[in-house]
Amino acid sequence: MREMFATVAAAALSLSMSVTAKAQTVEIEYWQYFFKERVTAIDALIKTFEAANPGIKVKHTHFPYAQYQTKVAAAVPAGEGPDVVQLYYGWLEEYRKANLLAPLPKDQFDPAMVEKEFFPIVKAMKAEGSYWGLPTAVRSMALFYNKALMKEAGLDPSKPPATLDELIAQAGKIVKRDAAGNTLTAGYTMGPVGQDHHWWREILVRQFGGQAYSDDGKKVMYDQKGGAAGLQFYADIATKHKLTSYGFMDETQAAFKAGRAGFHIDGSFRIGTFQGVPNLDWAVAELPSHNGVKSNFASYWVNGVSSKSTGPKRDAAMKFMKHLTSDAAMQLWLKTTGELPAKPSVGLSAENKNDPVYGPFILGLAYSHTTEFVNEAKQRQIFLDMMDRVSLQKMPVADAIKIAAKEEQQLLDDHFKK
Amino acid sequence: MRAWYRSRTVGQKQAVWAWIFLALPLFFFCAIRLFPTSYTAYVSLTDWNLLRPKNYIGFANYLRLWNDPVFWQVFWNTFKYLAIGMPISLVLSFMVAYYLDQVRFLQGTIRALYFIPFLTTAAAMAWVWRWFYQPVPIGIFNLMLVDMGFSQQPFLRSTTQALGSILAPAIWAGLGFQVVIFLAGLRAIPETYYEAARIDGVGRWTILKEITLPLLRPTILFLVVVSSIGFLRIFDKVYNMTVDGKGGPLNTTRPLVLNIYQLAFTDYRMGYAAAQTMVLFVVLLAVTAIQLRALRSK
Repeated sequence: MREMFATVAAAALSLSMSVTAKAQTVEIEYWQYFFKERVTAIDALIKTFEAANPGIKVKHTHFPYAQYQTKVAAAVPAGEGPDVVQLYYGWLEEYRKANLLAPLPKDQFDPAMVEKEFFPIVKAMKAEGSYWGLPTAVRSMALFYNKALMKEAGLDPSKPPATLDELIAQAGKIVKRDAAGNTLTAGYTMGPVGQDHHWWREILVRQFGGQAYSDDGKKVMYDQKGGAAGLQFYADIATKHKLTSYGFMDETQAAFKAGRAGFHIDGSFRIGTFQGVPNLDWAVAELPSHNGVKSNFASYWVNGVSSKSTGPKRDAAMKFMKHLTSDAAMQLWLKTTGELPAKPSVGLSAENKNDPVYGPFILGLAYSHTTEFVNEAKQRQIFLDMMDRVSLQKMPVADAIKIAAKEEQQLLDDHFKK
Repeated sequence: MRAWYRSRTVGQKQAVWAWIFLALPLFFFCAIRLFPTSYTAYVSLTDWNLLRPKNYIGFANYLRLWNDPVFWQVFWNTFKYLAIGMPISLVLSFMVAYYLDQVRFLQGTIRALYFIPFLTTAAAMAWVWRWFYQPVPIGIFNLMLVDMGFSQQPFLRSTTQALGSILAPAIWAGLGFQVVIFLAGLRAIPETYYEAARIDGVGRWTILKEITLPLLRPTILFLVVVSSIGFLRIFDKVYNMTVDGKGGPLNTTRPLVLNIYQLAFTDYRMGYAAAQTMVLFVVLLAVTAIQLRALRSK
C-alpha cells in the first residue's frame, strides 16, 4: 500500500514537473527562403543551439525565394510569422522604418564591439545608435576563368588577367565566332541581368575615377564622373571588342558552366553551381583592377528580430541571434553554403585566405563596398533599362546615364522624403 | 413564421424557395466577387504599401496614373495585344475549322492535335518558346535563319519584335479552343441551307458570305468576347518570356495586368496597383459591352 502511494506520488510529481518544464519551454520561429545548402546549415545550427539551450525550441520555416519577400511583408505587419527573420540587407531600412524590427540590445550587441569584430560593410545595419540586424555570412565577387579555354588560346592558366586591359586582351584570344560573326564561345560573359550591375556600380565607376552615390547614399553621382566611362567600357565588351554577344546562351553562368565562356564575373554563391561540373576546368581570381584601383561589391543577408516577439520569446530570439553570429556558426556556414564569414577573425584565417576557391573572394572583402540600396530590384531595373537604351536603341552612353540618374534620383528622393 | 408561410399562395411559396436556393450562390458571389472588388476600389484611394497602415489620399493615385508615362505605355501595349492578337487568332482558327470541317479522314486526330497546346501549361510552353527565340547556338529559329543564309533576329531582345514574338505562342496556344468552338458552330448550321444554295448554283464564296458567316454570328460573338478578355488579361506568357518577368525590353511588352502585378507584389504599392486594377475593370466592362452591342444588333 505504502509502495503504491509512493509510486502515485512520484508519478504525480514527475507529471507536475514536466508540466512546469513545458511551461518554461519557449518556442521561437525562424524564417528564411529555400536554398538547399542554407536550409541544411540552419538545421545544423538549430541542433547545436537547442542542445546548449534546453528550454528553447526553434521552428524553422522556409519558402521559395520568389514568394519570400511577399510572405514576410504580409506576415510581420500582421503580427504573425517569425521571431527571427532573414532579410536581404537592402530591405532592412524599409522594415525598420515600418517598426517591424526590434533593435539588438546594446548590452548584448555592443555597437563598438560589432564594429570591431565584423567587416565594416555591416555599418549599413546601424541606425539610431543600435544595430538592427547582423549577418552570418557575406558575399563578394570574383573572376571565374576557364583554364582549358585559356590553354587552348595559348594563354597561361596560372596568370589570369589582373587588370581590365589584360582581361580584354586575354578574352579576345579566347572568343570564337562563326563566319557570320555569331558568337560560338564567349571571351567574357556579359550579363546585365546577373551581377554586372554591381560590377559597374561599385567597381567600374570607382575604377574610372568616380563613385556611384554620395557618401550618405542620398545623391546619385554616377552622372558626374566615372559612370559614363565605366558604362562605355562595359558596353564596348560586346560592341567594340566583340568578346560576346548580348544574351549569349541566355544566362551568363549557363555559358560558363557549359564551357562556352573564358571569363565570368559573379558572386561567391555561384561557387556551388560550378563545383562538381564534369569536364569544367575552372579557377577563381580576384577582380581585375584598373588605374591602380581595386574594388569589390559585398552584399549579405542579415538576421533580425521581429518587433512582434516579446517577453521570453524576445530573450530566446536574442540568444539565437548570438548563436547565428558566433564564430562557429560562420565557419559552419562557409563549409555548408560556400558563403564567406562576416567577421575577419573567421574569414581571414590563413586556411580560408589561402583556399584556392574562397581565397580570392575573401581577399576581395577587404576592399569591398556595399551599395546602400533603397529598392534593390528597382535600382537594378534602372541599370537594365539603361543598358537596353545603349544596346537596343543605340543611345549614346552619356544620354542613357542622364536618364538613369534622373530616374534613380527620383527613387532616392521619394524614399528619403518619407 | 409557420402560419405566415401557410397563408402564402403557391406562387409566393415558390418564390420563397427560389430565394432560399439563390441565397447561397448570391452570398458566394458577394463574398468572393463583390466584396474584393469594392475593397479594391477602397484600397485605390489609399497609399497602402503592405508594411504600413493605409492612409486615405483621395484620388491621388488616379492623378499619378494619368501623369505616368509607364501606365500609358502598358495601356497601349495591352490594346496592341488585343488589336493584333484577336483578329489574327479568329481568322486563323476559322480557316482551320472551315477546312477541317470538310475533312473526314482522321478529323478527330487533327482536332486533338490542334487542341493539345491549349491543354499545355502556359509557363512551360512560354519557356520553351523563350528558348526557341534565343540567339545561336541555342535558339532554333535563329539556327534556321542562319542556315538559310539570313542574319540573326533579336526577337525578344528587341523593342519592336518582342511583342509579336510573345503574341505568337499566345495565339498558337489558344487556337485549339477556338477551332473546336468554330467546328461546333459550323456543325449547327442545317445542311438543308447549303443544299438549297447548291441547287440554285451559288458559288462557294457566296455561300460562305451569305450563309455560313451570318449563321455563325453567335459563335463569333462568343469567341470575340472570350478572346478579347483573354488578350486584355495576357500575363503568364509575358511573365515567363521576358527577363525577370518585367515585360521588357524597356517595358515594350508589358501589359497592364503585369504592371499591376509588379506594382503590387514587387514594389508593394498596393494603392497605386489597385487604382490601375480599377481602370482595367472599367476597360474590360466597356469593351465587353461594346462588343455585345455591336454584334447583337440586326
